[in-house]
Amino acid sequence: MTQRKFDFESQYQGLKQKIADLTEESQLRNIDLSDEIAMLENKMKKIREAKYLNLSPWERVLLSRHPDRPGAVQYIERLCSEWIELHGDRLFGDDQAIIAALGLFHGQPVTLLGHRKGKNTADNLRYNFGMPHPEGYRKVVRLLQQAEKFGRPVLTFIDTPGAFPGIGAEERGQALAISQALMTLAGLKVPVISVVTGEGGSGGALALAVANRILMLSNSVFAVTSPESCSSILFKDPNRVEEMAAASKITANDLLHLGIADEVIEEPVGGANEEFEATACLLEESLQRNLRELQEMSPEQLVEDRYTKLRSIGMVAEKS
Amino acid sequence: MLKDVLKTKYHEINIVHEEGKPRQEISSPRICSKCSAPLSEQELIQNYRVCHHCGHHYTLGAWERISLLADEETFREFDSDQVSFNRLDFPEYDAKLERARQESGLPEALVTGTAYIDGYQVVLGVMDSRFMMASMGAVVGEKICRAADRAVELKWPLIIVVASGGARMQEGMVSLLQMAKTSAVIQRLHQAGILYISILTNPTTGGVLASFASLADLMIAEPGALVGFAGPRVIEQTIKHKLPENFQRSEFLLQHGMLDLVVERSRLKEKLSLLLKMHGGKYDTTQV
Repeated sequence: MTQRKFDFESQYQGLKQKIADLTEESQLRNIDLSDEIAMLENKMKKIREAKYLNLSPWERVLLSRHPDRPGAVQYIERLCSEWIELHGDRLFGDDQAIIAALGLFHGQPVTLLGHRKGKNTADNLRYNFGMPHPEGYRKVVRLLQQAEKFGRPVLTFIDTPGAFPGIGAEERGQALAISQALMTLAGLKVPVISVVTGEGGSGGALALAVANRILMLSNSVFAVTSPESCSSILFKDPNRVEEMAAASKITANDLLHLGIADEVIEEPVGGANEEFEATACLLEESLQRNLRELQEMSPEQLVEDRYTKLRSIGMVAEKS
Repeated sequence: MLKDVLKTKYHEINIVHEEGKPRQEISSPRICSKCSAPLSEQELIQNYRVCHHCGHHYTLGAWERISLLADEETFREFDSDQVSFNRLDFPEYDAKLERARQESGLPEALVTGTAYIDGYQVVLGVMDSRFMMASMGAVVGEKICRAADRAVELKWPLIIVVASGGARMQEGMVSLLQMAKTSAVIQRLHQAGILYISILTNPTTGGVLASFASLADLMIAEPGALVGFAGPRVIEQTIKHKLPENFQRSEFLLQHGMLDLVVERSRLKEKLSLLLKMHGGKYDTTQV
């Protein structure tokens, strides 16, 4: 049976328990067991380090979907001294699966857009598991145009299984809404930086990721289709997910190599879900540096920079 | 001359059919799958693969479509040397490409070139669903972009006849990014004031519908074509109940304001011709 949940932590649950038992014992009986405890802790640390340095693509998929993984809201709160959420597409509704905000990032006003997932069932239902409807993408387009009007850089945070497949979504033009977000981002005259924080799922993720810089956290993924769908659609076999995760080249390093990601932000041992502050510090540094570079470009250069990069993706050698 | 080319292409395809492996056959069924009326291959070819009893539109191959729309001997193909390769070393992709080439007689799922439509000069792209469901990989994306470049350069309208199952999974993120790439190029075409018409045929879904296909000035669909972002099966599995009868069909989209027109195949050329006229297309008298 293929592993469906990210549960390798259970591999050293025994060690964790032993450390807890020893700590309790030393306190109860007032004996010094610190050497033994330190030894076990060291052993556990080594196991975890080794594990996190050698995560398979499929394990990264599982980690990218971990319920404790921080998303757009946490990063916005951490990165902006002040921020305010904005709502609605002015056409139909306010899609809770996409958060839109204005914020101050190191004193610079920025437009912030991102997918939003819940940490529990109630929130997940409210945010539709991070799967937007057309009104979400139309909210994005509205605020992108506003960002351009006021010359504000745009930061986006990517974490979605994909755009929602449903009747209402189709009736209201899911495909059209996504295509308009893609086209608006492509021609935007302000800097755009996208951060893939969790799972980048297909067109519903790409609609927020046409950027001058795509930064990927090292345990995030970005895929045309989930390994599960790849496995069942292409091979009619739900058990080939590990192979598909590797073959589809969806990890941050794979995508850096393919020229799609521009930078990989190396998460500390434990990943962003356990080491949020350390991860956010690294991201903050990278965002500041990239934003500084992009702000030196003219509006035309920014558009050209995005265009040139897109045109180079998938260039095919002429048949001689 | 063009007709000869067409004959050869279909001859090859028919051979494949006769060998008994018509995986994505263009050869017609003997009875209409919609109304059960008897169908002959000859009638269907004459009728551009529309059932003359009930009007059901069957899949049309790229070259058949070109002969339907372009004035005789005016289509000049470009970029036919662009061929896909297995850039990610993805399992079974090489074999699938090879089979698609053999069965469709095409190098890729999209044929692009310049043509005249009732004397109006256009850049024309036609997708062929027999080639891996006309999924968009790097080559399809690149050829769309080059066709749009050509339209801007020549100041001719761009017409794309779309059919697609979506992004080509075997090319991973390179295929997904073609959505962004084609959208960026279409944005430039709009800035240059060039007319762009997309014609959606059965089926047009996924990443192709969610990029260049939806970004046209005018969107036309053939009757009864499946047009949607998510596949009907995926939606059914997600919402756990049956979908309405005409859900995601052209008429449904028209009703919901997502299309300009639904046009029958037999009237497609005259409608295009009129639209081109209304956009001040060049009328080149030497070609009539």
